[in-house]
Amino acid sequence: MLRLEARPEPSRAMVLLTPIIAVVATMIAGGILFAILGNNPFTAIRIIFWDPLFNDMVASYTRPQLLVKATPLILMAIGLSFGFRANVWNIGAEGQFIMGAVVGGGTALALYPLESALVFPLIIIMGGLGGFLWAMIPAILKIRFNANEILVSLMLVYVAAQFLAAMVTGPMKSPVGMGFPVSRNFNEYQSAFNAELLSNTGLHFGVLVMMGVVIVGYIFLTRHIFGFQIRVSGQSARASKFAGVNPHTTVALCLGISGALAGLAGLFEVTGPAGKLSTNFPLGYGFTAIIVAFLGRLHPVGILLAGLLMALTYIGGELAQFQMSIPAAAIQVFQGMLLFFLLGVDILVNFRLRWASTKEAR
Amino acid sequence: MTPLLHLSGLTKAYPGVVANDNVGFEIAPGEVHALLGENGAGKSTLVKMIYGLVRPDSGEMRLHGQAFAPHEPRAARAAGVAMVFQHFSLFEALSVAENIALGMDDAPETDALSDEIRTVSKKYGLTLDPDRMVGDLSAGERQRVEIVRCLLQNPKLLVMDEPTSVLTPQEVDVLFETLRRLRDEGTSILYISHKLEEIRTICDNATILRLGKVVGTCVPAEETPRTMAEMMVGTELKSPTKRPYQPGPVLLDVKNLQLPSKDPFGTSLRDVTFSLHAGEVLGVAGVAGNGQDELLLALSGEELTQNAAITLKGAAIGNKGPNHRRLQGLLAAPEERLGHAAAPDMSLTENALLTGHARQRLTNKGFVKWQATQNFARAIIEKFDVRTPGASHAAKSLSGGNLQKFVIGREIMQRPDVLVVNQPTWGVDASAAAFIREALLELAEQGAGVLVISQDLDELMEISDTFAVLSEGRLSRVRSASGVTIEEIGLLMGGTEVDHAAA
Repeated sequence: MLRLEARPEPSRAMVLLTPIIAVVATMIAGGILFAILGNNPFTAIRIIFWDPLFNDMVASYTRPQLLVKATPLILMAIGLSFGFRANVWNIGAEGQFIMGAVVGGGTALALYPLESALVFPLIIIMGGLGGFLWAMIPAILKIRFNANEILVSLMLVYVAAQFLAAMVTGPMKSPVGMGFPVSRNFNEYQSAFNAELLSNTGLHFGVLVMMGVVIVGYIFLTRHIFGFQIRVSGQSARASKFAGVNPHTTVALCLGISGALAGLAGLFEVTGPAGKLSTNFPLGYGFTAIIVAFLGRLHPVGILLAGLLMALTYIGGELAQFQMSIPAAAIQVFQGMLLFFLLGVDILVNFRLRWASTKEAR
Repeated sequence: MTPLLHLSGLTKAYPGVVANDNVGFEIAPGEVHALLGENGAGKSTLVKMIYGLVRPDSGEMRLHGQAFAPHEPRAARAAGVAMVFQHFSLFEALSVAENIALGMDDAPETDALSDEIRTVSKKYGLTLDPDRMVGDLSAGERQRVEIVRCLLQNPKLLVMDEPTSVLTPQEVDVLFETLRRLRDEGTSILYISHKLEEIRTICDNATILRLGKVVGTCVPAEETPRTMAEMMVGTELKSPTKRPYQPGPVLLDVKNLQLPSKDPFGTSLRDVTFSLHAGEVLGVAGVAGNGQDELLLALSGEELTQNAAITLKGAAIGNKGPNHRRLQGLLAAPEERLGHAAAPDMSLTENALLTGHARQRLTNKGFVKWQATQNFARAIIEKFDVRTPGASHAAKSLSGGNLQKFVIGREIMQRPDVLVVNQPTWGVDASAAAFIREALLELAEQGAGVLVISQDLDELMEISDTFAVLSEGRLSRVRSASGVTIEEIGLLMGGTEVDHAAA
């Protein structure tokens, strides 16, 4: 029988190699899956990983899409990673993403048609605030009543989705939308539109914010006492209390930061790439961000790479759907494999497998 | 006469360490045999092999002259081997009888079992009421539950791992009385302990392990604790020299400290009052679970109290957090090394930052000065002789004694005015323990006040100037340590035990 035995100290090289091994394993297992579905696995893998970047036929569209898709994932994953390190499990980034879009976008709709340079900064703040306040609900319930933040934040995703639906069928419904449940289009409102800064690059203002967050996140995590305290909190609640960390502050900060970043991501998405509020607005980025956070080893630089990789599988997956008629479900399985292999390899880095004689196992 | 248990050539290797190397000895029927050795000497691995929890890589065990190779504890029990573990496996919310039934391979009906428990506990002088909830029992009573559970199976060999570590001296006497009765009936006992004085009292023979090998045998009654300790360690030991104690000004003043426990099985502090002077080592004795953890938390600032209850150098700090107190000069080292005093997966450098950042100014506007922090960690490692390849290694990779030297060293290196330590040498090998005691005495000599909470009375007698006992959350009057006898302390510690027996 197989047995897991803890390694005294996992090798540092292996910890860094884990994501790469996981990606390769995903390619192999995914290739087998695609082959079973009757597609050429090599073509499929090439379409998913190579064509979006380097195939001239499609790259002019897909390359900018990479930044567009990766930005919300990375923004949210960095916020989540702080909490995950401190054992504060915000599973509701999707809800905070929606609330950021609704509150920030709603502010813009309320100001329409006022043209002013202050509109865009204001709605950014409102977007962040929307996500922050939504995340404060599980934070306060956790601090005050020790309610499980996993459940509360997750449930609030569905509340947020219903709230969005109520808004776009009611107060935020576009007067020129011919009765469809959508808001006014933000690209018709110059002061609030999150336009591409350089055309055909996908580079919008949110991308800059995302890059800033990666850098600031990295500095705080590795150089600041706050990052240290968060890591201690995740290791041992008692040790962190001994170090003088207030556990309630940690909960509020972790949920607050991840909520605010998710709110910002939602705001940039709705005023830019999505262009309008609608019931189709949530795409599950908030959940994918959880995978991105772990794939990136809860480290800002790792998350940057993992977000880009995840965006690549989204875009490449869509290409594969178009070009090879690989079902969407197969692409989702493929993405799921990535997390599965990451966690699997992770266990093998921290533990070693030993054959135990059956006698001893009994 | 054939020995009851005969071990020869037992070897067990784990990755990176040979826990037992060619170990062999014999236990005769009716013999109390001691297994001596420092932490990590391989005692636990050896008894786990005897009890069927671990399989030896090679070697042979014979019980009653028959080959004996238990592949699980159930088989060991069936062959007549029973074991009382150091850490109890009892459910606090179940009664004594229910707990005993859970641990038996074929438990009888509850009523019949209760009768059996009463019979056995009477026969061996182990007062135990089968209907009481385990959560209400003292540590000594809980141990009786474990012992009675073993005795119900009529063992031929009883293995006891550090049985007295949680007992008052009076409870130890009761235990020894039981063991003697068992011995007289022909039951053999394999007795594992650090406490050499006890081994001299109760054991007929001793086998000494060092680094997995048998390094000697002796008849404890013919040895002194020091000679046995030296056999364990392999070198000569120096004992700290006590200096004359001159009380300086009051540094820490605690008045009517109340701290209701948040843990349903914890102990609330009630009206704790004492003063700690410059140059004083105040020893606080008591059986575990009488408020030691709570006292440390209240003093370290992890639990806040009324502000006026604790004053440090004249300033009230009862509702100030740990880092404020550190800045003011009150430092603490809790009992639990991994997970409280240190974060297990973090490096020693990071663990140096854990308590050092405020007082050692290891941050600048919140940004960590990693170079300075690493230097601080290296200084601790060097000054306190912490055996580790480097400051970048994880705390959990250190042995207990080395990590404890690091934890205590980390606080002492910050030059505290007052240092509070809980169980400073618990589970630490003899040479590291001597080193830590020496360091605490040196700190007091330099004018700090040191509060040592410990269950090890010998340790407290060795280093304390003054002395108090914590019992059920109340602290006794502080008295001078000179002239106190272990018996007196024991009575203070077990005061409540006497009440139980009378009731």
